[in-house]
Amino acid sequence: MTAAIDFRRAPPGVRLATTGQGLLAAGIALFLALFLVVPVVTVIYVAFTEKGSGGFTLVNFLDFARTDLFITSLWNSIYVSAMTVILASVFALPLAYLTTRFEFRGAGIVQLLGFLPLIMPPFAGAVAMQLLFGRNGTVNLLLDDYFGFKIPFMEGLNGVIFTQAVHYFPFILINLSAALRNIDRAMEEAAQNLGCQGLRLFRRIVFPLAMPGYVAGASLVFVKVFDDLATPLLLNVKDMLAPQAYLRITAIGLADPMGYVISVVLIVVSVAVIGVAALAMKGKDYATVQRGGGGLARRKLDRVGSIAAYGVVALILFLVIAPHVGLFLLSVATVWSFSPLPDGYTLAYYERVFVESGVFIKNTLLYATLAGLIDVVLGVTIAYLVLRTKLPGRHWLDWTASAALAIPGVVLGIGYLRTFFGVQLPDGTSLASLWIMIVLALAIRRLPYALRACYAALQQVSASLEEAAENLGANKFRTVKRIIMPLMMGGILAGFITSFATAAVELSATLMLVQKTSDAPLAYGLYVFMQSPAGRGPGAALGIIAVALVAICSLLSNWVIERNQKMRGAHRA
Amino acid sequence: MGIEIRDVNLSYGSHHVLKNINLRVHPGEIFAFLGPSGCGKTTLLRLIAGFNQAASGQVLLGDEDIAALPPWKRDVGMVFQSYALWPHMTVAKNVAFGLEERRLPRAQVASRVKAALELVGLQELGARYPSQLSGGQQQRVAVARTIAIEPKVLLLDEPLSNLDTKMRVQVRRELRDLQRRLCLTTIFVTHDQEEANSICDRIAVMNDGVIQHVGTPIELYEAPANLFVANFLGTANILEGRVVGEAGVRAFEVAGGARVALAANAPVSSGAKLVFRPQHAALGPSGSSGLAGTIVHREFLGSIVRYGVNVGRSEILVEMPFISSATLKDLGENVAVTLVPERALFLAA
Repeated sequence: MTAAIDFRRAPPGVRLATTGQGLLAAGIALFLALFLVVPVVTVIYVAFTEKGSGGFTLVNFLDFARTDLFITSLWNSIYVSAMTVILASVFALPLAYLTTRFEFRGAGIVQLLGFLPLIMPPFAGAVAMQLLFGRNGTVNLLLDDYFGFKIPFMEGLNGVIFTQAVHYFPFILINLSAALRNIDRAMEEAAQNLGCQGLRLFRRIVFPLAMPGYVAGASLVFVKVFDDLATPLLLNVKDMLAPQAYLRITAIGLADPMGYVISVVLIVVSVAVIGVAALAMKGKDYATVQRGGGGLARRKLDRVGSIAAYGVVALILFLVIAPHVGLFLLSVATVWSFSPLPDGYTLAYYERVFVESGVFIKNTLLYATLAGLIDVVLGVTIAYLVLRTKLPGRHWLDWTASAALAIPGVVLGIGYLRTFFGVQLPDGTSLASLWIMIVLALAIRRLPYALRACYAALQQVSASLEEAAENLGANKFRTVKRIIMPLMMGGILAGFITSFATAAVELSATLMLVQKTSDAPLAYGLYVFMQSPAGRGPGAALGIIAVALVAICSLLSNWVIERNQKMRGAHRA
Repeated sequence: MGIEIRDVNLSYGSHHVLKNINLRVHPGEIFAFLGPSGCGKTTLLRLIAGFNQAASGQVLLGDEDIAALPPWKRDVGMVFQSYALWPHMTVAKNVAFGLEERRLPRAQVASRVKAALELVGLQELGARYPSQLSGGQQQRVAVARTIAIEPKVLLLDEPLSNLDTKMRVQVRRELRDLQRRLCLTTIFVTHDQEEANSICDRIAVMNDGVIQHVGTPIELYEAPANLFVANFLGTANILEGRVVGEAGVRAFEVAGGARVALAANAPVSSGAKLVFRPQHAALGPSGSSGLAGTIVHREFLGSIVRYGVNVGRSEILVEMPFISSATLKDLGENVAVTLVPERALFLAA
């Protein structure tokens, strides 16, 4: 706790440091204004503006409400998002509960595999899912052969729900597992001591305590699915909101107001869902209130329970791995249709991809690295300004940066096009057509995640560690360099990797902003390939490369972080 | 080097944390800020270190006003309650930090690190990381790190609170010896009166942002300035009442009617209460002069016996030496509590 500083009386050293902080904050504010606030406000402004006259109007929204296609799309989007949350919960709940609360062999592998879907672009998985679960996919062919019926996993909206649930359930798994691990074992032991056990224990004690984690994960999944553009498009589902926005802008043009109206609807629903979730969980996060106890209460499963548990986990893991296996098979298959497995195998697609699509890989590495760097620089600075200074208005930086979470990629893309298309460089090229715009959009989109990682990292560095350095003669800058940065390194790396890995497979904003193929990242190339049946082989090969790329980077960073923590030992425990 | 605090005020928002603090710490003495949690003692210490800024007032180190200096320019060594050892640096690196920040030549840094670690008896552990040390060792590293820079004064923020009872007694003796050897002006923040009494030359008792009393441990115990100090240091019986009678035959009448004779010229301010320590009272047979009461409580503590006696509406404690079982008073027995007159204090809040 620091007293409010009277700046006139503040020591010169402190005043100097404060001036530096003010400049930093101003720089970040400008960046956020230019590349987040202005584009989004532009989109909202256009939605409320009459075409031609430029006056304020609600007519565009009336048009939206009168058009059956849009209303259907709205309901479809909500339905798909809600069902995805439910299905993802069905996947995540048993995995999280079983692996954190029971003596469960392979809990580590389960948790690791839980992350697997995240490192694959969801739309890449979509094609593989169709080959495995589609009407004439592996599973249905086998079902038909042996039992004489098929299950419409992938028909219409079902396909989107199924694909998205498999892709996004880790968000719920991660949050829920963390929440479950944070529950003091004494909470559960007290309930058991009073005669409560089994499902009752889960329902009355465990789940309520883990609720904040679950809701955080679930609302994130809802918003991500609601905003996703590429997966429905690839599954040929067009009557959802995000695809509609994209199609209006690309088919009719930047001047058509409906794209903007849909964007506003997307934003409103996203904000509403995040807001309701936050409101519902207000004051219900008990994790920090609990004391004592210590480790996790792991229980033993009896024989029947074991069989059931391993069965459930195996089934879920099969679903999780399915898209990866499918994509891999697709990338090495000569022909694969109307048969459970491909007819023959080849490596030709990889050859072709490496020769023709090297530029995609290069672009992806470049864009994702830059976006990740921008994010950690912004994330560390914002976290420092908010947590360690008394700068007035510093919380606005945090709020603004975090607000990017509620801005769908397609909206940001449209905003960038509208805002920067008219801005021309001296040689006449439009600002919106530069590849650096893709990087900026990616950085803004991933900033909230990197920011959270940086926050967590800085929060773990006790303020007294800094004060000790200042007390021994290090000024603010030296303290940041010698104490804060080294101690935050793990968190910074984690933030960078999250940004890098997710930016590498992001498509929503990119789809709007790629102006020429030579500037396109891997995800874009993948999307283009996947649209034609002939491109599926090379597309799948590209997808596998993307997965490998992200996986290698994640493992690498994980290794660095763990080494970092090991070096520091159990000091924080 | 001495420290002087002049007219210091500090607020967190509307909460007035330090109220017009005036204080002088003499060169070479070990001084304690003692008070309950929230009394402002740590805030005052952090103010001296430069982590808090006063709204008004001066902080003098020697003759120099350091209120305008940032923490890193003050040469005021602080040992943090949590020790604040940097987990990413070895013990030697931690100790070297302040010297490196002062741009000392490498050879000098090495020799002073060695000397500081020797001073606290940890010369063998320079290559370890803080996480590999016990609590007591960590505490000593924190001290070594601070004294390595040869600060003008040493500030200790509850330095013993993270140690177990046995370690605490040992470490506080070590701290005292170290301070004597270095002849280093030291301020020690604590809420534990035993800690303050045992190693400090003088103590400032604080409550609610105000310094209540400054003095040696014995002065504070023997002649507390007010009710708070009397109550905070040791056990005190406090009885409400009023002065009755005229000059010459004055007495203090406590609630319930019992009276204590007052010396003719004893000054008793209005609203003052009668204060005495349990060992300064004795139990006489019922009916003899003194405060009439009934024994409601008895604890046998070996060399002494502590009685709880109901006098009027309050219960007071009386400690008597244990002679034999025959002299013990029983529960329910009516007694008269007699006071050593010169040990009876009349204090206002």
